[in-house]
Amino acid sequence: MANAKTNSEDYLRMYRQMVRIRTFEDNANQLYLSAKMPGLTHMYSGEEAVAVGICEALETRDKITSTHRGHGHCVAKGAEFKQMFCELLGKEEGYCRGKGGSMHIADQSNGNLGANAIVGGSMGIATGAAFTSKMLGRDDVAVCFFGDGATAQGLLYEVMNMAALWHLPVIYACENNGYSEYTKTEEIAAGSITDRARAFGIEAHQVDGQDVLAVNALTTDLVARARKGEGPFFIELMTYRYHGHHVGDINREYYRTKAEEKDWKENRDPIIRFRAHLITEGLATEDEIEAMNAEIAADAKAAVDYALDAKYPDQSEVDMHVYSGITHALA
Amino acid sequence: MREITLSQAVNEALAEEMRRDDTVFIIGEDVAEAGTPFKVLSGLVEEFGAQRVVDTPICEPGFMGLAVGAAMTGTRPVVDLMFGDFIFLIMDQLCNQAAKTHYMSGGKLSVPLVLRTNMGATRRSAAQHSQSLHALVAHIPGLKVAMPSSAYEAKGLMKTAIRDNNPVVIFEDKLMYQDKAPVPEEEYLIPFGVANIKREGTDITLIGTSSMVQVCEKAADILAAEGISAEVIDPRTIVPLDEATLLASARKTSRVIVVDEGHQSYGVTGEIASRINEKAFYHLDAPVLRMGAMDVPIPFSPALEDITVPTPEGVAAKARMLVAGEMIDAA
Ligand SMILES: Cc1ncc(C[n+]2csc(CCOP(=O)(O)OP(=O)(O)O)c2C)c(N)n1
Ligand SMILES: [Mg+2]
Repeated sequence: MANAKTNSEDYLRMYRQMVRIRTFEDNANQLYLSAKMPGLTHMYSGEEAVAVGICEALETRDKITSTHRGHGHCVAKGAEFKQMFCELLGKEEGYCRGKGGSMHIADQSNGNLGANAIVGGSMGIATGAAFTSKMLGRDDVAVCFFGDGATAQGLLYEVMNMAALWHLPVIYACENNGYSEYTKTEEIAAGSITDRARAFGIEAHQVDGQDVLAVNALTTDLVARARKGEGPFFIELMTYRYHGHHVGDINREYYRTKAEEKDWKENRDPIIRFRAHLITEGLATEDEIEAMNAEIAADAKAAVDYALDAKYPDQSEVDMHVYSGITHALA
Repeated sequence: MREITLSQAVNEALAEEMRRDDTVFIIGEDVAEAGTPFKVLSGLVEEFGAQRVVDTPICEPGFMGLAVGAAMTGTRPVVDLMFGDFIFLIMDQLCNQAAKTHYMSGGKLSVPLVLRTNMGATRRSAAQHSQSLHALVAHIPGLKVAMPSSAYEAKGLMKTAIRDNNPVVIFEDKLMYQDKAPVPEEEYLIPFGVANIKREGTDITLIGTSSMVQVCEKAADILAAEGISAEVIDPRTIVPLDEATLLASARKTSRVIVVDEGHQSYGVTGEIASRINEKAFYHLDAPVLRMGAMDVPIPFSPALEDITVPTPEGVAAKARMLVAGEMIDAA
């Protein structure tokens, strides 16, 4: 997959993956609003082109690290709805047997090393995955997803320094959605975010995170170069989250206006934009797209229904997986 | 049997495991040509090269985080943390990431890494280079904690730690690096969770960790001259803890003092003492005593520093009182 996606099959797959993320999130939000989901969750809606554009440039063996806003990364890297909803509901068949939940969902079979509830907490992990790749002479790359807010963490600069010194195959992907919690990015980020990476000699790009083709083309190129030892790289993806910081953040006009949200949703939506592109380029008909959307909606509903009925882990699992090699830590 | 220093024992363990397994590597500050300020790693970079004995910038959270990600993806890092006091800098990576990854992923991801660091006062290094902070990490489920008491333990525990699939923290007493002990030429491993009865006795049990094992042995010598028979036990790992051996000894002697160089409050001594109280209470003739480091920051002045840590004379004095039936501090 050295070239950006150019044929219709790949384009349709990117569209499908973006719709799958949006559909997953709409269902997760409903589960929260109807009090069927324990805890809170952070919606990825609006940012789909980032996860999909990047993950479609990766192979299964490539690694990603994800964030508290991680459902999109998880879907884009190849996860199934059923195990994801089971995890969100704390069920035994979840990706992490219900022990991680939304903020720790991991899917190692597809190279997703896990979401992380510590902002910036996975920057070292992604860099370490790239270190392994280089040390063992593999050619897989690691992508580290993190938000604009996470750029304030010192860890980023420590690991970028090492990655640059050692030419590690890691791509730092900053999802700049304009806010960290309830604070605008310009209030927390001095200077330019990409210039910070450049200070380490890291090639840095800014890209429209609502344009899946632009994201994919750039990432495909950087991944190929990282495989050849030209990394690390840094990408700042300009994007927007449609929901509140988390599903419970409903009244948010004190920090951002409804007009701003409306503008992004109506004029810059990555799915609407790409759908129009597919149609004007003759890659799909309206009917085909509607059919695909309906199929995804049905898949999601089936997965939600399944997860709601699925069983919780047995209580005996509570002290399992504390240590590798010890079945019950407290036995 | 030949005698080697604790420093040589650690060095041998690392060299043997690095020869045995190509995925083992060392990472930390000044670990390569310098071989650490304590010279523990001298010669390893010459044998294994800079790819596997990796000098880092001064960024403890960064290289700790990198090691976590490396461990999750197929290597076995041995992280060198120059002073145990710096553990505060890496707490997130150690306790939120390394310790919890296996559990949060429902057992799918593992973090087989070793964190080598040190402990111990009376080196005239003052408050930020003298702490014994093992209780902090022993508090966190998911971490194992080893405390070698001589060159023999240092080698056997290190080899076991490197082969363990969990994050293991090893605290070496920095004043013991030049202490010699008999160490077999043949390969051996020391299993975790198996205490060593250093000396059998009948009147009182002295449980010591790390250098406090020697303190307890010297106290036992003093007591023996007075006709008091002390049993000395070295748990060797505090997580997992060989509770059975400690309880059996407590039941046998009916009197116990726990000696450890961490601060006395909320520490290892309190934990072990209360387990004995809970499970061997009716066999006891006296309250279980704790002797830890004084609850003050470690002072610089030798006149002050020396009184902050348990001594053989101090342990013997308390033992004498317990055996004489004087209820210390009990109203
Ligand atoms: C170390 C740490 N500090 C604070 C928080 C609370 N918190 C959770 S998400 C978040 C905002 C993160 O913003 P950003 O990195 O931009 O990601 P976004 O939510 O916008 O995707 C904060 C402050 C946390 N989870 N971890
Ligand atoms: Mg943000």
